[in-house]
Amino acid sequence: MKSDPNLYDYWPYHNRPKIKWPGDKKVAFWVAPNIEFYELNPPTNPQRKAWPRPYPDITPYSYRDHGNRVGHWRLMEVMDEFGVRGSVSLSVAMCQHHPEIIEACNERDWEFFSHGIYNTRYIYGMDEAQEREILLDSIKTVEEATGQRIRGYLAPALTHTEKTIDLLAENDFWYSCDLFQDDQPQPLKTSGDSKLISMPYSLEVNDHYAFNVYGQSARQYADLLKRQFDQLLEEGTESGTVMCIPLHAYLIGRAHRIGPFREVLDYITGHKDDVWVTTAQEIAAHYREHYYDGAVADIAKYAKGDGA
Amino acid sequence: MTLDKSYLEYENRSLGMDHDRYDFSNMFERKPVSWPDGKKVALWITVSLEYFPLVPNDGPFKAPGHMVTPYPDYRTYTTRDYGNRVGVFRILKVLDKLGLKASFPMNSEIATRYPSLLKEITDRGHEVVAHGENMNKIHFGGMAKNTEAEQINNCVKTLREKSGQGVTGWQSPARSQSENTPDLLVTSGLGYVCDWVNDDMPYYMRAKTGTIIAMPHTMELEDRNLLVTLGQSEEVYKEQILAAFSQFQREAMAENGRVLHLALTPYVIGQPWRIRTLVETLQAIADSGDIWSATGGEIAAIWDSQQTS
Repeated sequence: MKSDPNLYDYWPYHNRPKIKWPGDKKVAFWVAPNIEFYELNPPTNPQRKAWPRPYPDITPYSYRDHGNRVGHWRLMEVMDEFGVRGSVSLSVAMCQHHPEIIEACNERDWEFFSHGIYNTRYIYGMDEAQEREILLDSIKTVEEATGQRIRGYLAPALTHTEKTIDLLAENDFWYSCDLFQDDQPQPLKTSGDSKLISMPYSLEVNDHYAFNVYGQSARQYADLLKRQFDQLLEEGTESGTVMCIPLHAYLIGRAHRIGPFREVLDYITGHKDDVWVTTAQEIAAHYREHYYDGAVADIAKYAKGDGA
Repeated sequence: MTLDKSYLEYENRSLGMDHDRYDFSNMFERKPVSWPDGKKVALWITVSLEYFPLVPNDGPFKAPGHMVTPYPDYRTYTTRDYGNRVGVFRILKVLDKLGLKASFPMNSEIATRYPSLLKEITDRGHEVVAHGENMNKIHFGGMAKNTEAEQINNCVKTLREKSGQGVTGWQSPARSQSENTPDLLVTSGLGYVCDWVNDDMPYYMRAKTGTIIAMPHTMELEDRNLLVTLGQSEEVYKEQILAAFSQFQREAMAENGRVLHLALTPYVIGQPWRIRTLVETLQAIADSGDIWSATGGEIAAIWDSQQTS
């Protein structure tokens, strides 16, 4: 086991090479609906149980199922209203279970990336071949269902192995949402010579944290998101930042929450001159083309100890 | 069922404390302290820089903020790392803007891993405070004394070498001590300690090896405690700090200085949606004209000089 994951080097958040988003926009804004399928009776991973009570643990199961039956449709309508395309963090088995949702997203030109097969199948304990199989299954499943080649990954339930990041690089993924060390994209160190980057996923402004960890109201969460945006916009005048809103339809799509969230999208997309409303894949493509090499060179200065 | 009769025997039932680290003292009956320029309140900001290894150790407990999930817990590792590469720069900017000084308790591993960060801190004249080697190296009752002495010495030696500062302050990782910690701190040449949370002002703590000043660490206004552990809103966080400041202003009327301690955690208060709250809070305090912005070492030294004179 490693005490340092060694997936990236230290890179202080100042004096970095300036990022400009297309159209000179200051904040790249993307929304990540987690469209997940949780199994009622999954096999038990030795390191993590899916549900606390004996089978069938119907409350947490149906709590999440609400997202696919109700919440998703509300959320999609609000995103349509403000022209925000989702970058979907997808339990790819959704392509088999609920193709209606996949088709609706695909028609809207939303992006899909892999969030594992099911959110009840954890990566802990997998060998390299098994973990690779998850990625290959994801690529194939989404391609067959939508015609899209996925380029991004967020491990199911944020469960990883030491190999995860290398396997993404090996399979021509462009970005990983698995690491939360920064508000700007940056290169990851991998075994191959891929241009895999770390995509800011803003985990701390996830609706799950707001509602189920911090116990916030929908109004408080909406205010938090606006403040998050204001700060990243201010900093984006110096160098482009990324703001992601990671969501779960079973949380944000509730009747009492969608209203305040609508105001957030209204507020953010209202900053037309400053905000690039986009998808994770478009951010990754732009970054890899224009800023990847410069970032590698700048980070190397710190490794040599002369960066200060 | 019956308890052993010793359970109803009270060996230390007598005047004062049940230990000999310090004596009881009513804060409101102490000799007044005056800060430079007659300022009412010394504003003491500490910004903790902590390194959490991806593999937690097997000590008696894990430091708050340490890994949660099975290995490898990238989620926790990288969210803590966010503080050291992004959040701390937001805090430094706020301090620059308002012209405030701060003390930075840091694990010595921060200094060895991130020399450029250390330089940003020392170039601005902030104080480096020893904060153990890393968040796996906690100090706890029952640990071997020579192991603890080695941990303290290694940390202090590294930080003194790398920072070029005397480094006289100490904050234990997780603010956890063994029964020997104060004694060993004095032996390592440390003059003040920020672990005990039982006063609003500095006081002398007894060590077998001499005396050390206990600085008033205020856990009750700590960002991590209020915003994360207790889940309070940023507005409530700010309101409580400003309420404490007002109370100290009132108490300080008769040339009797007070200390407002704010413990900041870059991965908490350095989040984009929270940093504005810090700006507003510190701005309101600074605008009062009643503060002396100082490091822990400066506060301890002035306080100490007025105890004997």
